[in-house]
Amino acid sequence: MNLNHLTLKNALDLVAKKQVTVEEINHDVDKEIAKVNDKLNIYLTLNPEKNSSDQDKPLKGLPIAVKDNFCTKNLRTTASSTLLDNFIPQFDATVVTKLKNAGGHIVGKTNMDAWAHGSSTETSQYGRTLNPRNTDHLPGGSSGGSAAAVASDTCLAALGTETAGSIRQPAAWCGVVGLKPTYGRVSRFGIVSMASSTDSPGPITKTVEDSAILFNLIAGADPRDGTTSTDQVPDLTKSLNKSIKGLKIGVIYLDLPGLEKIKAIYEQELKIFETLGAKVEFAKAMDPKDAISVYTIVQRGEVSSNLGRYTGIRYGFDRSHFGAEAKRRIMLGTYTLSKGYADQYYTLAQKVRTLFIQDYQRLFSQYDVLVAPTSPGFAKKIGATKGEAMFGELEDMLVEASSLSGFPGLNVPCFRDEKTNLYLGLNVMAPMWREDLVVQVGDAFEKNTKWNSWRQEQ
Amino acid sequence: MTKNTNTSYTLVCGLEIHAELKTQSKMFCSCKNDPFHAQQPNIYTCPVCLGMPGGLPVANKKAIDWTIKLGLALNCQINLFSKFDRKHYFYPDLPKGYQISQYDIPFCENGYIETSEGRVGIRRIHLEEDTGKLLHKEIDGKKVSLIDFNRGGVPLVEVVTEPDIKSANQAKEYGKKLRQILRYLDIADCDMEQGGMRLEANISLADQPDTLPNYKVEVKNINSFRYMEQAINFEVDRQAEILDKHETPIQETRGFNPNTAKTFSQRIKEDAQDYRYFPDPDLAPIHFTQAQIDTLQANLPELPEELIKRWHDQFQIETKYADQLIISQDKSKWWQELFELAVKLEVKPNDLVKAVINKKFVVDYQQPIATIIANYQKENQTDSLDESELSDVITQVINQNPNEVSAYQAGKIALLNFFIGQVMRKLGKKVEMTRVKTLIEKALS
Repeated sequence: MNLNHLTLKNALDLVAKKQVTVEEINHDVDKEIAKVNDKLNIYLTLNPEKNSSDQDKPLKGLPIAVKDNFCTKNLRTTASSTLLDNFIPQFDATVVTKLKNAGGHIVGKTNMDAWAHGSSTETSQYGRTLNPRNTDHLPGGSSGGSAAAVASDTCLAALGTETAGSIRQPAAWCGVVGLKPTYGRVSRFGIVSMASSTDSPGPITKTVEDSAILFNLIAGADPRDGTTSTDQVPDLTKSLNKSIKGLKIGVIYLDLPGLEKIKAIYEQELKIFETLGAKVEFAKAMDPKDAISVYTIVQRGEVSSNLGRYTGIRYGFDRSHFGAEAKRRIMLGTYTLSKGYADQYYTLAQKVRTLFIQDYQRLFSQYDVLVAPTSPGFAKKIGATKGEAMFGELEDMLVEASSLSGFPGLNVPCFRDEKTNLYLGLNVMAPMWREDLVVQVGDAFEKNTKWNSWRQEQ
Repeated sequence: MTKNTNTSYTLVCGLEIHAELKTQSKMFCSCKNDPFHAQQPNIYTCPVCLGMPGGLPVANKKAIDWTIKLGLALNCQINLFSKFDRKHYFYPDLPKGYQISQYDIPFCENGYIETSEGRVGIRRIHLEEDTGKLLHKEIDGKKVSLIDFNRGGVPLVEVVTEPDIKSANQAKEYGKKLRQILRYLDIADCDMEQGGMRLEANISLADQPDTLPNYKVEVKNINSFRYMEQAINFEVDRQAEILDKHETPIQETRGFNPNTAKTFSQRIKEDAQDYRYFPDPDLAPIHFTQAQIDTLQANLPELPEELIKRWHDQFQIETKYADQLIISQDKSKWWQELFELAVKLEVKPNDLVKAVINKKFVVDYQQPIATIIANYQKENQTDSLDESELSDVITQVINQNPNEVSAYQAGKIALLNFFIGQVMRKLGKKVEMTRVKTLIEKALS
């Protein structure tokens, strides 16, 4: 077996038992990158340095892929926009510092939608990434490169960021696990801001357990991010292998128009929860279509503000390097924040956002967790975004409401189409700060179904 | 108030005054806040105040507390719920493309400062971050613009008045009082020359008192109270001339040239600039409890205004002198102790203060107050003088100057000083002047 196929957990165990060395694992990962990266276009920048002194740290120097919107000291950070083509940060994002301190080796920086605007990687100014499961298809986005890195075994685990679906949707399309923590659980410091009020960094991994391991290392209060919570961070590995007997699971969004084709699959797959002793019920949530409007207004407004600093005066190139999608978002956001329109759009959107939060709170008063399809369907074919200005929003519709509300969510693979080798994902959501619940339920699902592609190799 | 015109107008003036707070660190990062003493440009910078990708603001609690303190000292209402907003505009000294400021819910509202010409209402006090500084230079024959971000992100309070100011003199008095309070609270140095305190005046003239004109002229970048006075007076004349012609002055922003004492047009305001304000999503809204505000209120020092009054009541210190002594809380405390001891030692505090202000007596704050009072007493000691000796001398002087005596008795009272001088010279001693004066008056009557 090639060592790059190991899950993070297995690699850690084998290294601890001295059955394999970190060098051997890194070697196999590098070999795989050399083999597939030209075609898949996963890594924009590879890290030439290897850490050899991390053997005693929790991650022991194992290779982790990092999305290219995390600032990495002395390692180029572009957010997949040529505007930052020559930008080499002088500092590490807090999450990167934590990862390094824990002995994680940054294998490279992964492709994404430029500025994280999109759900396909097709807005990347360095070309799209291909889905390793089926190269005629897209990996999703915006953390498409990180999801593809995990799916292609060109790393053991990865970091992504989600503003509305950007971890969970590519994880779903690539058949991997993605954990979007509660907003405020993981520091945003040093991450190229997209929509500041929803940006949440989190792990993209081969298994739920790997996500739990990475989460434990990156979560927690950061004095440099005033929106992080000072609450105690739960040890998510304690939520693994835990019975879900008696848990109340609410199923939402399955009756929405457009989901007819996949509805039966989900109904079938959700049966396992009942087998495991959980109580499963269909529940009605606020129409996620409204979440698209809210998200579009809030996110575009914040984007137009956050991208104002890229003037080319102090670093990077000038504004002519903004791509079409970024320009569209800046224009729309500038408009909705303009005098006379802010009340009509931004302020109103924030009110509807509160309605979504209240709706979720209502649901969480009845259910321990909510589950839904992560994406309305399988990974779309390459080129699918052409002429679809709202592509991302439609793809992310099912996760946007929970992102806007700040709740944690986890994508776990729940079906594989044998003909196309493409996956569907299950989105498990829990109340604020209850990442332990999404891991508990996701782990139970993963271990009692056959859809995790690394399962056989464990 | 206006010259060269037949019509009289009422000045309608409001001030916007910015002052940098002297916290240890900047408003939203931990960089040192000391822009005026930095040895090099851009040494007090970090990803946050440089607006690098991923830099996030974290609010300086002390700066917020100080703003509230200022608000309380200026009789403001404090908003228990407040927030920071982003104010967007493009300028190279603004690295994020927006300034973190406060829009619709400033920390403090509806306060006032009393002046000798009436109360000046304070509409709001808000807290924001200062910008960097642009330097236009020629390097190797090329014209370049350089940016120094040492000042970028320094906490800045903006105090906005109502259009209550009726004269240039009142504007100056208000400004001085505000500066005194800022310094007295020990929250700002207000170094005007360096730009630590910056003045802007909104000036217009009304036909009728208590009406608001339909235009407004903003004079920016005034860096002394004297210049502000000059700028307002110049504007009053300029605008009156235009109004006399039945025209309306242009709504614009003007600068002030200290060399000519004139204002000049900088920017015509056709439309209000759209700053696209929205709540900064990087900073959580701020909630205070009334108890927190009460604690800040309770910890406020006795303010200059109150102290001036108390010193007057307790020590008979004249207001004009007290005003000059009140620089800081430490110094005021020092004076208070000095006055108390002076009273015990039968020295009149006001006499000592008067001597100090008139530079007749020098005090060294390092010296023990007892020593200072002893020195003062020594310098102002009066020689013992017996009543008959003094009467003799007075009689001599009167006899020697019959012409002056008749003139005085005919009503030329100013001659009294002549007699005092003669008597003092003859005595050749340090004597209490009032005593001499009284006796001469008696002898001449």
